[in-house]
Amino acid sequence: MSMPPSKEKAMTFAEAINDAMIEAMTVDDKVFCYGLGVDDPKRIFGTTDDLKERFGSGRVFDVPTAENALMGIGIGAALGGYRPVFVNQRFDFILLAMDQIVNGAAKWRYMFGGQNKVPMVLRAIVGRGWGQGPTHSQCLHSWFAHIPGLKVVMPTSPRDAKGLLLASIFDDNPVIFIEHRWLHNTSGLVPSGDYRVPLGEAEFLREGRDLTIVATSYMNVEALHAMDHLDSQGITADLIDLRCVRPIDWDKISLSVKKTGRLLVLDIGASAVSVASEIVSKVSTDNWSDLTAAPIKICMPDKAQPTSPALTRGFYPDASTIVRKISSLVGKELEWQSLSDKQSWPHDVPGTWFNGPF
Amino acid sequence: MKINKKELLFRMARIRKVEETIAEKYSEQEMRCPTHLSIGQELVGAAAGMILQPNDYAVSTHRGHAHYLGKGGDMNAMVAEIYGKVDGCARGRGGSMHLVDQKVGFMGTTAIVGNSIPVGVGLGLSIKMANETRVSAIFLGDGCIEEGVFYESANFSAVQNLPVVFICENNLYSVYSPLAVRQPKGRVINEMVHSLGLKTFVEEGENVEDTYNCMLDAVTFARGRNGPVFIEISAYRWREHCGPNYDNDLAYRTEEEFLDWKARDPLDTYRKSLLETGQISESELCELDEKVCAEVDAAFEFAVNSDFPDNAEAYIDEYAP
Repeated sequence: MSMPPSKEKAMTFAEAINDAMIEAMTVDDKVFCYGLGVDDPKRIFGTTDDLKERFGSGRVFDVPTAENALMGIGIGAALGGYRPVFVNQRFDFILLAMDQIVNGAAKWRYMFGGQNKVPMVLRAIVGRGWGQGPTHSQCLHSWFAHIPGLKVVMPTSPRDAKGLLLASIFDDNPVIFIEHRWLHNTSGLVPSGDYRVPLGEAEFLREGRDLTIVATSYMNVEALHAMDHLDSQGITADLIDLRCVRPIDWDKISLSVKKTGRLLVLDIGASAVSVASEIVSKVSTDNWSDLTAAPIKICMPDKAQPTSPALTRGFYPDASTIVRKISSLVGKELEWQSLSDKQSWPHDVPGTWFNGPF
Repeated sequence: MKINKKELLFRMARIRKVEETIAEKYSEQEMRCPTHLSIGQELVGAAAGMILQPNDYAVSTHRGHAHYLGKGGDMNAMVAEIYGKVDGCARGRGGSMHLVDQKVGFMGTTAIVGNSIPVGVGLGLSIKMANETRVSAIFLGDGCIEEGVFYESANFSAVQNLPVVFICENNLYSVYSPLAVRQPKGRVINEMVHSLGLKTFVEEGENVEDTYNCMLDAVTFARGRNGPVFIEISAYRWREHCGPNYDNDLAYRTEEEFLDWKARDPLDTYRKSLLETGQISESELCELDEKVCAEVDAAFEFAVNSDFPDNAEAYIDEYAP
């Protein structure tokens, strides 16, 4: 699967997604890409740039707004020998496709006795801030992580965006591939060629002594800021980027907790009945004797997300939230105010590059 | 094209016999899954199965026995599946509502109303992308017409000009709910679907050969890459929505209505008409009945004698390797 990278190139997360799509469609002519706007002027934040020009309108096509049927059409095309990639600009819209995802894609192999397969990818973009509001901001990966038969992938780095998307496209199962809008403009080195990262393997982004941080998607970025800030205060952590929430790499989490005895879970979704809850539950059960403090989770509030910037102030956990929670977890006074003061852009955008609207 | 009339009669009789045998044995409590019988509705599955080629795709619904058998699905594997046995077409994981026989292009029946419709359209898309001359047939009922996914799927198939054949059996009821409470007065399903951009065909479903020819025209149209077609055929299920019994005592429909449809039973009238016009002899009919009985008896014997799957099979095949 994972091959040694021949060459690396700096690119953004969005460019890495685009690079993976180009690579997949070059390697296998059974891969095709469809979804509302995949060949429109904006090209899904640049992630589908140049695809139609390279591969033609037979393999890259715009569609009616019909999420449920489009998911089922992907299942049918997959049964017919193809590897469909179904692109959705907004995660919230795929709620319209729940029947096909849960009763269809996830079950097809199992309920017909294991004789077929549904190799397809559903790309969906989640986000926060800039007035996305109650129905354009939800991170509902836990819903899908609950369903046997699905794989649920959440890359953080541009490198993983490419490697995990290629692995997802060439996996023989339905994969829900979740991109955080606030990551699209982050950049990093990305291997060229057919670079794949195995699904279900978490990655240590940092190694340390005092605690284990398990994070999903964009929260890894906030965790890195928090750990940079804490470096000078003598606190180090294992930071584990989960990368997949189904399956979950329990071995790495357990290994780390055995070493640190403390667990902090960061999730981009709401707190109740979440992936973070599942991790706290399993670690509390399996690693009870390793723990020296009660695990803590940092999630979005158990509330619908408001729209006005006045209402979202304080709504989103960030690096300073993480430092404050680490302070209580390790039982040590830690300085966080300067971290909060440092941010030069408004709380509801990922950086100065983002000027809306979505 | 000349109809193979004896074959068509045989195929209808074969489906009827399996279904009646299921009904007869259902109370033994060995077929332990919800089962939706097609008795009274055999014509569509039988005719479609003769018109479609083995490499054409088909998908269907919870009431899918007739479509599966018509398309050439393995009878032993179907009965074994209903018995929950390891030799079932889904190794006991699916039951009556999840029939599959990919060898003959029968890609699956599913239990949620409308659920298999877009899958059939996606199979049609795969045919178009591979530039093949196959078609994808989607069996559905009048209830499916009320599901949003039907409109989404029909629209997509029209936009993409896909080789898809929608075959709608209008049997007037969704469980116990009549059309009158589900669709507005004066609604003609095929006319509405025509306005979505599909070529439409309609048949009363009473005359076997007219129905066959109508379906043949429709399939030929789609196979010629002229775009998707929709066929509406009237039908009537004789027994309860789910299970082996008659349920006219529930009074959601009248005994008179049932008797009227039963009197026009396509299987019985076709059998009589072929005999009366000398197109089949008494001895050929006896032979046909014996052949049907022998096959059905053998299928039930196969199912009963088949092993149950190992309990561990409940926990495998969640993912392809």
